[in-house]
Amino acid sequence: MSELVDFTLVSVALLGIGIYGLAVKRNFIRMLFAVEIIINAANLNLVAFGRFLPHSGGQTLALFSIAIAAAEVAVGLSLIIVAYRMYQNVDIADFRSLKG
Amino acid sequence: MADVAFLALSVITIGSAIAALEMRSLIYGSIALMGTLGGVAGFFFLLDAPFVALFQIAVYVGSIAVLILFTVMLVKRELIFKKIEDRRRKFAGIGLMLIVMVSLGAVFLDSGIKTITTDEPQVNFRDIGTDFVTYYWPALILMGLILAGSVTGALVLARREDVENERTS
Repeated sequence: MSELVDFTLVSVALLGIGIYGLAVKRNFIRMLFAVEIIINAANLNLVAFGRFLPHSGGQTLALFSIAIAAAEVAVGLSLIIVAYRMYQNVDIADFRSLKG
Repeated sequence: MADVAFLALSVITIGSAIAALEMRSLIYGSIALMGTLGGVAGFFFLLDAPFVALFQIAVYVGSIAVLILFTVMLVKRELIFKKIEDRRRKFAGIGLMLIVMVSLGAVFLDSGIKTITTDEPQVNFRDIGTDFVTYYWPALILMGLILAGSVTGALVLARREDVENERTS
């Protein structure tokens, strides 16, 4: 069986990739991908620490986190559709009307 | 030491995470995102958490990824294949990624969690159910309300009043 530090290293790699995506991409849908990757890194850490403690709280919190992420994606995608309808584009640099 | 299944899963997960962000087409990108989510589900299987793994497959791979695919299909074709980014930002982003990975990785490798191993039996999924209905029951009800509210909000946001008015008049 693998050790705890292996899982945390994979999670750090996923977090780094997600931060890269959020910083570099200007496409709204790609940024949503990056957010999903970061959330999955967090879930992986929760379950890994819950396994090695061992305690059921890690898995319970991971289930909550997955459900809340589903809600977040639903709202994010509908925001994408609204913004696309208004600007005919998915570039976040164009979504400036709320920016002042 | 890491075994073969772990190594294969980490290659699949991290490789398809990079592919999801770097693929030219958004459709292939969202299919690669499915690979990442499925790889994380595989890690959950390795961590003896089959309940969370199946939940992950049902919610993420089954519904969220399909939702993303349908949203991508609603977008114009030339936008799907257009890459919007500038070079300087890309190098800055790669630098930021390397700083995060190296610093956090060094902290983890130096810390005490390197020595943590366990021989204890896996957590019984009945404990998760007991957690949900005893200690976490207010959070469970709140989560249901949040899900209902967000789905309703998404429907209200995506509604087109101009089309509806045309139909009724």
